[in-house]
Amino acid sequence: MSEATKTPSPLLLDMKNICIEGFADERWHPIIKGVDLQLNRGEVLGLIGESGAGKSTLGKAAMGYTQPGCRITQGEVWFDGQDLAQAKTREKRAIWGTRISYVAQSAAASFNPAHRLIDQTIRASKRLSDRNEAELRRDAIELFDALNLPEPETIGQRYPHQVSGGQLQRVMTAMAMSSLPDLIIFDEPTTALDVTTQVEVLASIRNIVSQFNTAAIYITHDLAVVAQMADRIKVLRYGEEVEQADTRTMLSDPKQDYTKSLWSVRSLEKPGHASDDVLLAIENIDAAYGTAKVLHDVSIKLPRGRTVAVVGESGSGKSTAARVITGLLPQSKGSVTFDGQALPPKLSNRSKEQLRRIQMIYQMADTAMNPRQTVGQIIGRPLEFYLGLRGKEQERRVIELLEMIELDASFYDRLPDELSGGQKQRICIARALAAEPDIIICDEVTSALDQIVQEGILNLLQRLQNEFGIAYLFITHDIATVRAISDEIVVMWQGKVVEQGMKNEILSPPHPAYSELLLSSVPEMNPDWLDTLLTRREAGGEGVIKAQD
Amino acid sequence: MLRLFEVIGKRLLLGFVTLFIVSLLIFSAISLLPGDFAQAVLGQSATEDTLAAFRAGLGLDKPLIQRYFDWIVGVMRGDFGSSFSGRNSSGFDLSRPVLEIMAPKLRNTVFLALVTAVIAVPLALILGLLTALFRNSIFDRSANGLTLTTISAPEFFLAYILIIGFGGLLPTIANVKPDMGLFERLRLVALPTITLTLVIVAHMMRMTRAAIINLLASPYIEMARLSGASQTEIIFRHALPNAWAPIATVIAFNLAYLVVGVVVVEVVFTYEGIGKLMVDSVGSRDIPVVQACALIFAATYILLNLLADLIGIFTNPRLLHPR
Repeated sequence: MSEATKTPSPLLLDMKNICIEGFADERWHPIIKGVDLQLNRGEVLGLIGESGAGKSTLGKAAMGYTQPGCRITQGEVWFDGQDLAQAKTREKRAIWGTRISYVAQSAAASFNPAHRLIDQTIRASKRLSDRNEAELRRDAIELFDALNLPEPETIGQRYPHQVSGGQLQRVMTAMAMSSLPDLIIFDEPTTALDVTTQVEVLASIRNIVSQFNTAAIYITHDLAVVAQMADRIKVLRYGEEVEQADTRTMLSDPKQDYTKSLWSVRSLEKPGHASDDVLLAIENIDAAYGTAKVLHDVSIKLPRGRTVAVVGESGSGKSTAARVITGLLPQSKGSVTFDGQALPPKLSNRSKEQLRRIQMIYQMADTAMNPRQTVGQIIGRPLEFYLGLRGKEQERRVIELLEMIELDASFYDRLPDELSGGQKQRICIARALAAEPDIIICDEVTSALDQIVQEGILNLLQRLQNEFGIAYLFITHDIATVRAISDEIVVMWQGKVVEQGMKNEILSPPHPAYSELLLSSVPEMNPDWLDTLLTRREAGGEGVIKAQD
Repeated sequence: MLRLFEVIGKRLLLGFVTLFIVSLLIFSAISLLPGDFAQAVLGQSATEDTLAAFRAGLGLDKPLIQRYFDWIVGVMRGDFGSSFSGRNSSGFDLSRPVLEIMAPKLRNTVFLALVTAVIAVPLALILGLLTALFRNSIFDRSANGLTLTTISAPEFFLAYILIIGFGGLLPTIANVKPDMGLFERLRLVALPTITLTLVIVAHMMRMTRAAIINLLASPYIEMARLSGASQTEIIFRHALPNAWAPIATVIAFNLAYLVVGVVVVEVVFTYEGIGKLMVDSVGSRDIPVVQACALIFAATYILLNLLADLIGIFTNPRLLHPR
């Protein structure tokens, strides 16, 4: 070979001035308004922003794909010398799954329930002419092994419903890697996972991406996660780029106010205050759904006017404890004492006064309100039911409550559909407040909200506590939220209380093994956090990563 | 695997229980029918004594519960009793066993149902898949429009239109005889088959289309698309395997209709089927035949629905491969 080997251009993907529109309410709305995106071979770009910022839409557009009901109206998507925005479907299909792969948010919904995992893993790469099936199967098993999946030899023979969510997410990464693509789009791959599982998946993804020098676009709304994964970060808002910089610069020195505000949410914190004035105590509670026992000997104390955060993974029994307190699920053993009195286990045996004093706010404000009732009716109902307020008097009180939650009288006649996510959650808070309760149980009330909106809601709840002395039982899986709002913390695991104590005590070592695993798994903004954690865990000092989750 | 057999066993058992309850309903409903067979045969002038003797001869004087048990025990042995017709006041019993009367008619009905099913089911499936594949195209809209029109028109109307249109080419009277060859039979049932096909295709086709389109919105279909699968692959490999349960249900429903609901078509084409037999027997108060027909109809429904359920189970990996 006399000819000098050409070095391929380092630029793999070049998106120029992309505009995308979506069809809704009989007309086209802009979703992405002229965004540029460049990606070099082997580089990982983090794409962050609130929901509705257009992250996923832009990520899919990098493949030349738009969801049904959307269209690329302008711009070019140059992938290795080919404009995917103009390419024919047939040409794009030849690239999808082989040179560009996609990893979806919900692995459980993104696997076809009718096919075995291994067949889905190698489905796309089978189309590559230079690979035969036996070889692909062998490689897939190696990938399963590299991704720390249990029983890599046989796990592929299972169906999607036979493995856990964290395992599925890793199989999906194996599926994306199977064809050794140049580019992988990760679309919130760990958002649906518990923190303890998330760590393992993040580590697996990062290892495999660097091992094969694959370029990736990593989409997430979690800043701490993106800090671990990306070389460079691009911030999106309302379909436009806010700013971009390499990860360390972006974290230490964000330029735009919007980015700074994203960063600042995490620093919300309050000192915990102790109190011995116990308002609600559940003692030695056992509870079961049918024959499946969910709570084992659970005891929690909630002091008057304080916030107790209940933390734990999904399935740890947090919400079930709330159902026992509210009487929705009568306990099979143990007692619930409220203000010195024993509460009847069954909802129907409780007095109206007892019901009034314990209120609840839910995660999905959408489904917790009747979509056909106006805000006035929604907040007015508990006023009439508990306090007997009607007519003008009721209306006046509703408006007072609206002002308390930092909205105004103009919301009185609106329907839930006309409100934003944060406003809806505020209406739910006002509805709980209307009953003038002593306790409000908050079940993951900020989980479905964007970070900035979260901050607003948390500040509001804190203000209401300061003014009215309401006690909160705050159920969450998010440690940042716990830091921001709680006085005391209860850690739950597999239906048992691991520990309860003041926030400062629980959050500072030494911890019981599970608390340690949980707390250390919460991603931090420091880009070296994951490395440090993995090194520490490998050294065997604390909580070893379990291969099975 | 064990769990699977358990499920199948449970379904079978439930099927039998249902059939038992239906037999009770049939028997009591028929006992409530107005009119009296003895009176109908012997006429208004018969004396009370002759009527009573005649009833005793048929066992109609026994209490209802005993009559039910006599009947159901016989049915379980495969004996549906003797027809009432052929008996008269003269004392000669010319009646024939119900089974002997019913068998050739049942055979005719099943023949017509099978021929129709062989044409209509694949046609409906193919049309359903194609309309899903080319959703909102002109082909989709015209196929939907056309099948909706044929399902909306009354059967006898469709039948007469076909007779007017094709009467010159195909026989309009389907008087099949037991000794006819297969080809001759097929020629005779051509028009009834087309009529029934037009009636049942729309339902099956639209259900297939809806089941597939419903699945096309699921994340795993988008995932398949993003891994480069073609539209055909998406429909056949990714959507269809998950759509069998609803499709099987609607097919079972329509096949049952082919056995149970064809009386109008049989009458129009004077086809000697079981639907016509049942209607005639109701007219002549021939209770044993009516009961037998009703029981066969019920069994057909139960059996076909059972099959659909089993297909639903066998195509569901969650049941087939439990955790």
